[in-house]
Amino acid sequence: MDVLTPRTLAEALRLKAEHREAWPIQGGTDVLVALNFDRGRPACLLNLNEVAELRGFTRQDGALRLGSGLTYAEVEHGLLRDVLPALAEASRTVGSPQIRNRGTIGGNLGTSSPAGDALPPLLVEGAEVECASVRGTRRVPLGEFVTGVKRNVLEPDELITAVWVTPSRAPQTFMKVGPRNAMVIAVVSLAVSAGDELRASFGSASPRPVLVTAPREEADSFPERVAAAAAPIDDVRGSERYRRHALRVLTERALKRVLV
Amino acid sequence: MRITLRINGEEHQADCWEGESLLFALREKLGFPGAKNACEQGECGSCSVLLDGTLVCACLVLAAQADGHEVTTVEGLAEGEQLHPVQQAFVDAGAVQCGFCTPGLVVATADLLSRNTSPSDDEIREALSGNLCRCTGYAKIFDAVRRAASA
Ligand SMILES: Cc1cc2nc3c(=O)[nH]c(=O)nc-3n(C[C@H](O)[C@H](O)[C@H](O)COP(=O)(O)OP(=O)(O)OC[C@H]3O[C@@H](n4cnc5c(N)ncnc54)[C@H](O)[C@@H]3O)c2cc1C
Ligand code: FES
Ligand code: FES
Repeated sequence: MDVLTPRTLAEALRLKAEHREAWPIQGGTDVLVALNFDRGRPACLLNLNEVAELRGFTRQDGALRLGSGLTYAEVEHGLLRDVLPALAEASRTVGSPQIRNRGTIGGNLGTSSPAGDALPPLLVEGAEVECASVRGTRRVPLGEFVTGVKRNVLEPDELITAVWVTPSRAPQTFMKVGPRNAMVIAVVSLAVSAGDELRASFGSASPRPVLVTAPREEADSFPERVAAAAAPIDDVRGSERYRRHALRVLTERALKRVLV
Repeated sequence: MRITLRINGEEHQADCWEGESLLFALREKLGFPGAKNACEQGECGSCSVLLDGTLVCACLVLAAQADGHEVTTVEGLAEGEQLHPVQQAFVDAGAVQCGFCTPGLVVATADLLSRNTSPSDDEIREALSGNLCRCTGYAKIFDAVRRAASA
């Protein structure tokens, strides 16, 4: 096994083009679990921790560019709390302080798990994923980026470099159901916003992220609509019926918070 | 591969397998067994250390990612024979049963108190939510954190 540690984005993209089989690693909170439990032996790891261009976030003409290396802790405690409140709430529910200090938004997208907590709040805010390679850069709407359970549209020579989002400033919230208030993979999660229209997206209730929208006047039927849009499964964490029910209840509660 | 890092203020080198964790390198190669190995999946916090001053699970950091960085382990908290106030508080409060979780809790508590000198119970609960004590001595652990905060 090799570990490659580029210092610049250009070098990282070149290395990814040369080593297409390499696993990128940022916070390592998913990758190290796989390595420690021998769930994979990549020929090569591409350590992105030293690439300054992937860190933090910048503002450009009203839009935000969240670097793929932005951590949950940075979203939770920093300036983003006010502009992306649902993402900040979601970040607060991830793992533990240790996990939030290392785990990144880019890593959550890379994993593309239906339980990824960053996904629903970003989808509700219309986020786009910036994918880059030596061939160039493209932006893919988040709903199209994830194509299935732990699958996405990244090409073998591409890296996730950022997430673009233009904050709606709409009242919004995030909720998550699990057996305890920390260290919980969502049984089901939900992000809801109420701007010009109602928007919702959920986690752990469909193979890929789904956006549900409705006119504000249809708030009464919105919980039902959200539950109907889900395609949950029965597993150890919860049943299909429970998940649908929980989504209905969470949507009702979320609407009470955001319809002000 | 060879990595060079500063541990508790001193430079160290180790030859590591590329896929190994910082926790493994610390314990098995570098002679710092203070951070404990329990779950190796970020769930228990017994491997907590500071990486460049940030609280992390050493089991989830690639040793190679720590190359060129600073690590503080529980061994680095005491000043010679003088225990760190958090360590002393754990002793005084009787917050240690088998002691397996203690190094991680001590590091996490020291991290909390470095940012917040008088945490509320909710803040303590939140800060230590990633550290499990399988002897379930949480009441005494809370006593220790409050004691250390007022020390
Ligand atoms: C104890 C524990 C609790 C957790 N709790 C939660 C939780 O509550 N909610 C949640 O959503 N997740 C949780 N996770 C999962 C994990 O923390 C998140 O998915 C996190 O966002 C991963 O980010 P990372 O930087 O650590 O990713 P890494 O482990 O570094 O990478 C994750 C994946 O993305 C790929 N990747 C990383 N960076 C890039 C890039 N720039 N371009 C392309 N691919 C890339 C990697 O190859 C890998 O496949 C938990 C994990 C642990 C260990
Ligand atoms: S051993 Fe690292 S968190 Fe349990
Ligand atoms: S004292 Fe035994 S695990 Fe905490």
